[in-house]
Amino acid sequence: MSQSAFATALLAPDAPTPPGLSDPEGRPAGKRFDIYRNNVVTSLTAALETAFPVVRKLVGPTNFKLLAGAFLRRHPPRTPVLMLYGADLPGFLEAWPPARTLGYLPDIARLEQALREAYHAADAAPLDPTRLAALAPDALMEVRFTLAPAFRLIRSPWPIHAIWRYNTEPGCPKPGPKPQDVAVLRDGYDPEPILLPDGAVAFLAALATGETLGTAMETATAEAPEFDLGPLLAQLLATGTITELETHA
Amino acid sequence: MLDATQSRLPDAPGIGYKPQHYAAILADPGPVRWLEIHAENYMGEGGRPLAQLRALAERFPISVHGVGLSIGGEGPLDPDHLDRLARLLGWLNPASFSEHLAWSTHDVGFLNDLLPLPYTEPTLVRVADHVDQVQTRLGRRMLLENPSTYLAFDESEMSETEFLREIARRTGCGLLLDVNNVFVSATNQKTDPRAYIDGFPLELVGEIHLGGHDEDADEHGQPLLIDSHGAPVVDPVWALYARTVDRGGRRPTLIEWDNDVPDWPVLAAEAARAGALLAEAPA
Repeated sequence: MSQSAFATALLAPDAPTPPGLSDPEGRPAGKRFDIYRNNVVTSLTAALETAFPVVRKLVGPTNFKLLAGAFLRRHPPRTPVLMLYGADLPGFLEAWPPARTLGYLPDIARLEQALREAYHAADAAPLDPTRLAALAPDALMEVRFTLAPAFRLIRSPWPIHAIWRYNTEPGCPKPGPKPQDVAVLRDGYDPEPILLPDGAVAFLAALATGETLGTAMETATAEAPEFDLGPLLAQLLATGTITELETHA
Repeated sequence: MLDATQSRLPDAPGIGYKPQHYAAILADPGPVRWLEIHAENYMGEGGRPLAQLRALAERFPISVHGVGLSIGGEGPLDPDHLDRLARLLGWLNPASFSEHLAWSTHDVGFLNDLLPLPYTEPTLVRVADHVDQVQTRLGRRMLLENPSTYLAFDESEMSETEFLREIARRTGCGLLLDVNNVFVSATNQKTDPRAYIDGFPLELVGEIHLGGHDEDADEHGQPLLIDSHGAPVVDPVWALYARTVDRGGRRPTLIEWDNDVPDWPVLAAEAARAGALLAEAPA
């Protein structure tokens, strides 16, 4: 028998056991084949449960098993490295009928995936802040930054930061209605989702695409005139999110 | 040429490393002299997993155990995955590298289980070719592990021990003998696990695995053991292990506990038990 027939039957719960597989008495393998079937589904479901704890909490453990079963059959892992398995889950959730009433679910999955990506991202030495302090004000606005490989940005029309916190930290207030943008910053080895003030997501997106600090500022203030660079820049430096700078000279 | 001498773990107990035990291991490893990691968990770009591995590798010999190469697969080996392995082994320079006599990848994707093979001449040719490719790409001798099996292929024409012996003969690879897998497979296939050990080329064994299993039954009421790595090693497996090292001599011996992982003292106690049996075995 071919491995194609074996693999196809593994992922089809109702398919008959492939022929040519037997127990010690020569009877068809039956439940013995189901062990492999169960191992595949159980181990990949467990990987997704570990990866998306907040999505699991939001839909409930029983529904998550159904969700994981449907997802892993539609999107089996493409590589044996499972640390980032589930990148297709947000898109899958958008089209998953039972989740239609939970519009924020795909963005919560995006946030959880971003946290995993950040956890495994390459290490990078933080920028020495004195290099920035040494620049003249006009040169400062011409500077371009390299951001840490762990940096991630998520824009959302939903209050994803509050929903995430409400489901991970006991005693957090219930989420309000306001949309929230989030940056994932990794200070040392622990990624944190940071709630961004108005204008900051535009600012960070501009920096991440290699715009100068001045251009990023203009983008941010066009969106939010009250945008305050100081605290955000301090946070980026303190968390090692800026790793290099390039001056125009 | 393949360098067999660089692959040397101590003939002492080791543990399958779990990150929750990081601090405990560094504080007091007890009887544990070496650590094994799953290769695929250390193929990220950076972060805490790699930092911990670097620190552990300064203190302990490391065995890299792959679970995703799909050496028994009908298709070609995944060159990207071989590259990832070569990169990991390149910077870590571990004491040993091992993989499974199984397949896990097909056109549908990666199935995350160690799937069984028929023991036939075409399978032999394919697996030997893949082992050759792995050893050539990685520039080192590998160990190939006997699987836990739950069913038999009607087309099989040789025993598992004959099959593994022949793979080793054709490729020069060593073998990883999982004694729990022997017990699980023999129970499920209604064969004698002692006869398996007695027929195994113990001189080719570079490492031994010990782990726990779950007990179930098939639809005919026949016992069906499932390799779960989630429980203590059972007494019949300890007895089989004692027979193995008594016949084959001391070998690096790993306690494998991957699910429902207990606190460090429980693992250290299992390792101590293996160490006591090793001490009684001939060198």
